[in-house]
Amino acid sequence: MTDVAVVAFAQSPQERRSAGTTNGTEMLVPIFEQLFAGTGLTNRDIGFWCSGSSDYLSGRAFSFISALDAVGAFPPIAESHVEADGAWALYEAWLKIKIGDAETALVYGFGKSSAGDLRRTLALQLDPYSVGPLWPDSVSIAGLQARLGIDAGLWTERAMAEVAMRSRRDAESNPTAQVRGSADVETLLAAPYLADPLRKHDCAPITDGASAIVLASAERAHEFTEHPAFITGFEHRIESGHLGGRTLTDSPSTRIAAAAAGINGVEVAELHSPFSHQELILRTALGLDESVRITPSGGALAGNPMFAAGLSRIGEAAQQILDGKAAKTLGHATSGPALQQNLLCVMEASQ
Amino acid sequence: MTKQRAAVLGTGQTHHRAKRPDVSMAGLCREAIDRAMLDAQVEWKDIDAVVVGKAPDLFEGVMMPELYLADALGAVGKPLLRVHTAGSVGGATAIVAASLVQADVHKRVLAVAWEKQSESNAMWALSIPIPFNMPVGAGAGGYFAPHVRSYIRRSGAPQHIGSLVAVKDRRNGAKNPYAHLHQPDITLESVQASAMLWDPIRFDETCPSSDGAAAIVIGNEQAAAAVDRPGWIHATAMRSEPTTFAGRDQVNPQAGRDAAAALWKQAGITNPLEQIDAAEIYVPFSWFEPMWLENLGFAAEGEGWKLTEAGETEIGGKLPVNPSGGVLSSNPIGASGMLRFLEAARQVMGRADEHQVDGARTALGHAYGGGSQFYSMWVVGADKN
Repeated sequence: MTDVAVVAFAQSPQERRSAGTTNGTEMLVPIFEQLFAGTGLTNRDIGFWCSGSSDYLSGRAFSFISALDAVGAFPPIAESHVEADGAWALYEAWLKIKIGDAETALVYGFGKSSAGDLRRTLALQLDPYSVGPLWPDSVSIAGLQARLGIDAGLWTERAMAEVAMRSRRDAESNPTAQVRGSADVETLLAAPYLADPLRKHDCAPITDGASAIVLASAERAHEFTEHPAFITGFEHRIESGHLGGRTLTDSPSTRIAAAAAGINGVEVAELHSPFSHQELILRTALGLDESVRITPSGGALAGNPMFAAGLSRIGEAAQQILDGKAAKTLGHATSGPALQQNLLCVMEASQ
Repeated sequence: MTKQRAAVLGTGQTHHRAKRPDVSMAGLCREAIDRAMLDAQVEWKDIDAVVVGKAPDLFEGVMMPELYLADALGAVGKPLLRVHTAGSVGGATAIVAASLVQADVHKRVLAVAWEKQSESNAMWALSIPIPFNMPVGAGAGGYFAPHVRSYIRRSGAPQHIGSLVAVKDRRNGAKNPYAHLHQPDITLESVQASAMLWDPIRFDETCPSSDGAAAIVIGNEQAAAAVDRPGWIHATAMRSEPTTFAGRDQVNPQAGRDAAAALWKQAGITNPLEQIDAAEIYVPFSWFEPMWLENLGFAAEGEGWKLTEAGETEIGGKLPVNPSGGVLSSNPIGASGMLRFLEAARQVMGRADEHQVDGARTALGHAYGGGSQFYSMWVVGADKN
């Protein structure tokens, strides 16, 4: 099978409320232009397109159709779509290149979370017969998860605040970030609860945004960048759909995926943790030691465009290699309530 | 190194009905999955990954329902991937599952596609205004009727062609115990006496609205060795184009022609009419049979209706089209494309029971979606190559 590399990454500004429509087009066109300018490719050169988005987030059927206007899909293109974060679209595109059906792929994810009431919308992901009708919102579910860990002595509100502090400080140097700040832990802990034990800084903001990645076969990767990020491990797993049937303080799906993906020696790990305590769960499941730099972009706590934020984590991790700053990195994406589904993409500077 | 061989090991589907109040969404999926796994003679430990496809989530009122369905789909602890490419999704789902095997990532993959339209209201779901788009507000039939009128004008096809397709597909469906509609006694006269819904499309020339699911187990060469007569996947193709733009040919869209050309090339087929023994083509309104025969290259432009009129698309004809009864007999939207793909596989595996086409060795599965803009197709065969 052909090896595959990330050769370019771009993301839109992460905003509380974009002036663009739910179609995604306005967020996507500028980042496509950025990718084309950086790689020398045009939209006619892309062998396969794949996107991730959500009908419920857009409040319509077929959220992906209007986004095709950003692509310029005529003459017709080879294209697919996943109803998930763009990270899973990247996985599908990776397959297409591996089997030789395409040499290049452009993958994108987009979401205009501000178009609806995100906390309530996400409640529609739950069992529609027995749980959904109670409308448990996404922040409350995360609060229950955080409380379980605190009560079990696995983490503290201070440890959570430390995650938030690092994230906000890292975001200071990320021009696309939505939330930044230099506040110390004491200041953060003095804030009121949003959903006990979660404070506002423990929760990802509501974000509109998009991101995109160009993949290329190993044979062609060097045409587009000096330092391709070769994908050496790509794994994802899902857990039960029943919250009561899971150990919410652990992430067994991440653990299994990590064993299969081969994460030993990663220097940077971009983790998609929409709540501060979820980073702590992920770090434990991944067994990352102190030497691994965690989420230097600021991560989801600094901006969480739904259906793009996971793809952005992979893009940010790839960028470390594209910039020649690291030799092995990890990008992570999550989907579903309370870290139900997790994806790991391991990238290396050499094949 | 080129892609690994992949084959259909087994297939399963539900009894498709207007409403399946006897099962939950999970139960509906499991009905198809259990049959497919029995047909493939595999157990859960043999399944490495699950790929799920369905059309818009608004059709059931659940956001990304595969998340809550993870247990019922047997996916816990495994990779689960959700595909959504409009009406072509059932085919796209099978193609993604095939890719997982072709890429040597997995040995056996379960592909599932479903729709439980009775849980919500599809007409409502399709009628939500979209920024910067002209509202159609006509449903699928109203949307496609002008394309059909245009086809009739361009090809000079006689008016009864659409009715002939309906008679054939419904009679075929009567041989398929899973089909939603069983109308063995339907006639040209009865179709033409049915109500005109969207001129020239009559009630009997229209697909039903169904609850239903479909499942396929796809495996690599080693897995296929354990199966009697697997269905080898010879070629797959997907193409997309925008819904509207100046000069777009909506009757014979280029995305469909491009997908077909890529498909035939990959399968080594130079004369589809001679080399394909059976075709399962996505025909939700009867006139789409001649339209797609041309788009797929089985007939020259303007000539497709002649194959239909001559009876060549009946079982026993030169190119039996939709021997299962097709979308005109069952339409669980998200699953409809996968039903085309799996019915094509059943033909070459010799497992199509009463609607088996004698001696079928190479078959086409075809699906389309959106405003005739998304296409997925595969060719399956009894032979490895």
